[in-house]
Amino acid sequence: MSEKVLMKGNEAIAEAALKAGCKHYFGYPITPQTEIAAYMAKRMPKIGGTFLQAESEIAAINMVYGVSSAGKRVMTSSSSPGISLKSEGLSYLAGADLPALVVNVQRGGPGLGGIQPSQSDYFQATKGGGHGDFRMIVLAPASVSEMAHLTVKGFDLADKYRMTAMILADGTLGQMMEPVSMDFDVKETYEKPWATDGTKGKREKNVVNSLFLDPQTLEDKVFERYERYKKIEENETLYENYLMNDAEICIVAFGISARVSKNAIDEARKMGVKVGMIRPITLWPFPKKPFKDAVTKVKKIITVEMSMGQMIEDVKLASECKVPVELCNRTGGMIPTPEQVLQAILKANK
Amino acid sequence: MSNRNLLFSGFGGQGILFTGKFIAYKSLLEDKNVSWLPSYGPEMRGGTANCSVIVGDESVGSPIVTNPDVLVAMNLPSLDKYENAVKSNGIIFADSSLIDKKVQRDDVTVYYIPATALAGENGIPTLANMIIAGQMLKVFNEYDEEMVEKTLKKIISARKANLFDANLKAIKIGVDFEA
Repeated sequence: MSEKVLMKGNEAIAEAALKAGCKHYFGYPITPQTEIAAYMAKRMPKIGGTFLQAESEIAAINMVYGVSSAGKRVMTSSSSPGISLKSEGLSYLAGADLPALVVNVQRGGPGLGGIQPSQSDYFQATKGGGHGDFRMIVLAPASVSEMAHLTVKGFDLADKYRMTAMILADGTLGQMMEPVSMDFDVKETYEKPWATDGTKGKREKNVVNSLFLDPQTLEDKVFERYERYKKIEENETLYENYLMNDAEICIVAFGISARVSKNAIDEARKMGVKVGMIRPITLWPFPKKPFKDAVTKVKKIITVEMSMGQMIEDVKLASECKVPVELCNRTGGMIPTPEQVLQAILKANK
Repeated sequence: MSNRNLLFSGFGGQGILFTGKFIAYKSLLEDKNVSWLPSYGPEMRGGTANCSVIVGDESVGSPIVTNPDVLVAMNLPSLDKYENAVKSNGIIFADSSLIDKKVQRDDVTVYYIPATALAGENGIPTLANMIIAGQMLKVFNEYDEEMVEKTLKKIISARKANLFDANLKAIKIGVDFEA
């Protein structure tokens, strides 16, 4: 095993992207994710890659579209307001079936909001993200180590399914340092016969496009895309169960909220309260399976979120509201304390 | 060891984040679990800076330290802000060159170190932070010169390698100081 180093979550994403063979990064600075761009600016020229600070977020995402069309691994990163600017590009990437990795290190919103950590872009990442029928694979790391591993995974999934994978992190995960080992297998390379990388006189020209004026053609395209989405839902869902075997109360939390919740759960367990946690790692596809089991055992579900309650809708759908689902939250850049979560657990246990 | 929650606080520019990084990296080299989380934002430059560090054998849950076992306060606003947040039986390290009041609580142990004055007298005026780090290692009986050197080599960038000796000197001053 290679040596562990202390790295910021943002830096871990950047280093992991390089390890995954990404040689093209386009971005525009915004707190709290600027370290990703800074890292790329330092490293890309040394490995013969491209770092380009675009004139705007919109320009950056369209540069991603261009490089992806040519069949190369490419990424961009931003934080909440910047992702809103990129959403037109996200829709075009989906419409053209182009793989890309997009990182959102969330901050408080709406509008320019603030710069402190938030999870209030859950709807945007898992439901919206742009106009039209489409999905993005949404990965939610909860540690610096996962920031790195899910970045590599994101590139793989994006190539495999020809779509955007988004890392949905937050300011805490981006700014904090934890030990991380950069020693991981970067496996498959993916054939990209659709890429516009030159016919070399040997094949018909490829066209990358998201405009289909004939509605039947467009419907067929969307149907084909949703067949792929179905495969992803069947095969790529990720989650972690924590102390769920005998749990009577179930916390659901992702990212940094799951870390805070873990403290509260450990504290509650010391007091004899049987509480566990389902931590979704893929937010889309949302892990429905663990809830099928959980609803037969637990008396209450509590979602812990740094938003006004967004994931809670998916939790209600996955649990089919068979047990009460409550919200424990902070928003606007505030982070729930373990004490707040503990109180919610104790209240639910009454 | 069960996890130790540390909160470092002071003015931006006092090396608060660096001190936290030093303790975090040293613990990493000792195979402990570690997290380091800085305050970030527009208030940092010239304003207050703080960082949360958690080290120990248990896995780290929340990286945010709200009730520290150990508080480092390098200016008065930091002591005022965090004094009451320290856990009962906790420890406070205060730079008494910049903080002229005493801690009001009697359920915590306080080490007053005139770190800024000591740094000035010894020709290393920017390293009061590392004097406090040295005192902390002494109090926890965790001073190991070889490990300190190894840690400093990891966290001082090649560009600033000339500061290695000064940092080492500061830590030794802190270790030798009798609070």
